[in-house]
Amino acid sequence: MRTPLSRIRGLGAAHHGTEHFWLQRLTAAANVFLLVVLIGIVVTLVGRSHATVLATLSKPLVSVLLVAAVISVAIHMRLGMQIIIEDYVHSEFRKVVLLMLNTFFAWGIGLCSIYAVLMISFGT
Amino acid sequence: MTDTPARPRPTSPHLTIYRMTWTMVMSIVHRITGSALYFGTLLLVWWLVAAASGAKYFDTANAFFGSWFGQFILLGYTWALIHHMLGGIRHFIWDTGRGYGPERQALARMTLVGSVSITILLWALALVLRS
Repeated sequence: MRTPLSRIRGLGAAHHGTEHFWLQRLTAAANVFLLVVLIGIVVTLVGRSHATVLATLSKPLVSVLLVAAVISVAIHMRLGMQIIIEDYVHSEFRKVVLLMLNTFFAWGIGLCSIYAVLMISFGT
Repeated sequence: MTDTPARPRPTSPHLTIYRMTWTMVMSIVHRITGSALYFGTLLLVWWLVAAASGAKYFDTANAFFGSWFGQFILLGYTWALIHHMLGGIRHFIWDTGRGYGPERQALARMTLVGSVSITILLWALALVLRS
C-alpha cells in the first residue's frame, strides 16, 4: 500500500522528502523558546562585569539552555541558508560548493559556541 | 525542423512588475532577516569566546558592542531576530491551514508592528536593568 508518507519520501530537490521541512519547523519551535530564554539572559547581562557574566553563564541550567539554543540555531540556519542557495544559485558546481561552505559555517558556529560555553561552565 | 534557432527559455515575471503588498514585503523581509541572523551569529560566537578567553578579550568585545556602531548593529540584530521569530510564528499559523483569508494583511502588519514594539521594549528594559 502506498501511504502519503511513502509517496513523498526521498522526493524534492535534495531527495530528502519532507525531512528538511520538518526539521526546519522543529528547530523553529525550539528556537522560539530557547531564544526567548537567551534574550532574557542577555538583557540582564548588558553592561555587567566579566565576573558577573561568567557567574551567570556557568550556572548549569543556563549552560545547558545555551548549548541547546546553539544546536537548534545552527541546524535551523543551515537549513534556511540551504533553501536560499538552492533558490538563487543555478550553476551546479557553485551550488554544491556553497552548500558545503554553508554546512561548514553552521558547524563552525555551533562548535565554537559550545566549546566556549563548556569552557565557561567548567571554569576554564 | 532540426535547425530551429535556439530560443531563450521563457522567464517568469520578475519582482519589479508586481505592485508591492504587505504580505509580499514581509515574505521578502523574512528571508533577509534570516540571512542577517545567519551572519549575525558570529557576534554571539565572538561574545561567548571572548567571555571564555578572559577579562581582557571580554572587555575588547564589550568595547565594540558598547560603541555607537556596535549598538547600531545590535539594535538591528535584535529587530531582525524578533521579526524573524514573529514571521516564523506566522508560518506556524499557516501550517495549521489558517490565516490564508483577508486576515493575511493584518497578520503581515502585526509582524512589523510587533517586531518594532518588542525591540523597543527590550532595549528599554535593558537600559533600566543596567542603571
